Amino acid sequence: MNRTTLLQIGHVARRSVLRTARQPAQIVPALIFPMFLLAVNSSGLQRATSLPHFPTHSFLTFALAIPFMQGALFSVMNAGTDLARDVETGFLNRLALTPLSSASLLTGLLGGALVLGIVQAVVYLTVGVAAGASFAAGFPGVLVIVALSMLLAIGFGCIGLFVALRTGSGEAVQSMFPVFFVFLFLSSMNLPRNLIQTDWFREVATYNPVSYLIEAIRSLLIKGWDGEALALGFGIAGVIAVVAMVAASTSMRTRLVRT
Amino acid sequence: MTQPEGIEVEGLVREFRKGPRAVDGIDLEVAPGEIYGFLGPNGAGKSTTVLVLTTLLPPTSGTARVAGYDVVRQGPDVRARIGAALQEAALDPFLTGADHMRLQTAMHGLPKADRIARSRELLARVGLTEAADRKVGGYSGGMKRRLDLALALVHRPKILFLDEPTTGLDVQSRTALWDDVARLARDDGVTVFLTTQYLEEADALADRVGIIDHGRLVAEGTPADLKAQIGQPTVEAIPGDARDLDRLAVVLERFGERAGAAPRGASVRLRGGESDLAEVVRALDAEGIAVEHLQLHAPSLDDVFLTKTGRSLEGAGAEHDEEAEGEQAEDNRAQSETTVAV
Repeated sequence: MNRTTLLQIGHVARRSVLRTARQPAQIVPALIFPMFLLAVNSSGLQRATSLPHFPTHSFLTFALAIPFMQGALFSVMNAGTDLARDVETGFLNRLALTPLSSASLLTGLLGGALVLGIVQAVVYLTVGVAAGASFAAGFPGVLVIVALSMLLAIGFGCIGLFVALRTGSGEAVQSMFPVFFVFLFLSSMNLPRNLIQTDWFREVATYNPVSYLIEAIRSLLIKGWDGEALALGFGIAGVIAVVAMVAASTSMRTRLVRT
Repeated sequence: MTQPEGIEVEGLVREFRKGPRAVDGIDLEVAPGEIYGFLGPNGAGKSTTVLVLTTLLPPTSGTARVAGYDVVRQGPDVRARIGAALQEAALDPFLTGADHMRLQTAMHGLPKADRIARSRELLARVGLTEAADRKVGGYSGGMKRRLDLALALVHRPKILFLDEPTTGLDVQSRTALWDDVARLARDDGVTVFLTTQYLEEADALADRVGIIDHGRLVAEGTPADLKAQIGQPTVEAIPGDARDLDRLAVVLERFGERAGAAPRGASVRLRGGESDLAEVVRALDAEGIAVEHLQLHAPSLDDVFLTKTGRSLEGAGAEHDEEAEGEQAEDNRAQSETTVAV
């Protein structure tokens, strides 16, 4: 990778971060909404911790894994909506007339999503610590959570980019939000899978990949180092990232038309 | 003969599925340093031609060489030598003017010192130095267009494509942009390919004009030559008494074919040229028709368009509006259908 390519990637990423930072309507919900739900859930559902076999006495610690998934959903929205707007306004044509390659553009856009993913993770962890959540895996566990958040930001960001590139429509990107929320609610978000009493719900949560992403983060908060949970979490996040990245880069080459 | 800083187009066709030929066999040449005005109503095929010439849309058939390079086989070479401000300034409302310059100079790989100097120079050139740190969302239409022009010039292109650069601008902003474009061609020797639907823009700016209608080039030449081809001036008269309008029109028709006129008046293209004017005045006087207003018009590019297509440019614009929407949709679809090596 030569200096010009690095320069281009850096500037595309910088633009992504700048435009998001200058749109409070994009950044505030991504930080406030998950924290609000965390506060509501951890106070309202604290009594669930008295269920037999519930893994912790703190619902706050149990629920702290959820904002990371919600943050990933905002990565879809932010990255996808911004790129769709570039398609709609012709900004992508402006970039197509420069020597910027589609790979550099995609990498730059993901760089922006990554920075925002890290900011979100740091905010969620800081709020969690301040509210009294425990971290069974200690500081190294925190670093692993941040790493998984970055992988999620890349994977889910690529899904947003893919939809934006295929449709060229911000509305189409935003219409994915409820779909992702269904996945989130049909996961082990609010209860460990072994404690879900309704058979179909437990079955769906077991097949739902989101459950394993949450459980990977949760394991670091509650248990310490659980190799199986981490392998599943990172494995699924990695597969999502690879598949979404291939789809997004294929669509980018198609959309960034030039001879 | 390939012109290193010019444009050569032969038999260019761009066809869309389920649609008409947006560009239907265009041949044209633009000499280095020339301002070429591509004039036509909405939907005539101007923007499609620009997309093809700027390598953003492959042609269905025909050839086009820009700056000496084939637009299909040598896209990167073409792009390295052209700048383009496409229809509707494509800017990010959340970035400042300076942010845009920083991004554009980086995309073109300018060294850091050059990036800063070039950005300052171009912002000053288009009069945006003071607004450089303001977000583009707060810019006026004219400021956006000027920034768009500055961005197109970042890498010192030899050829500049401007797609309807003044559409929607007020007269003052339009004139300022004309000055910028004229200076570019005059001082820097940049070849300019300018599409427009404004007659006065083509007349004021272009060294040569190509008139396009339904994807075909219907006339080409200098504005003076094209008008000279039409040759005949028009005379327009408004009667002092509105009840005399029909009689006035009958008198005028003795001197030539009717032409478009104000609602209260009549107009004819003078068969005998300007020398008929005195006869017209005498004939009106002989019929006892008092005239409130009498004016001789030199032939305009609209007259040229009317002669070549049978319609006025304004009327054709309204007729083409639906086609233009279809063409834009096809452009978008084509851009999403075509997979190319990047």
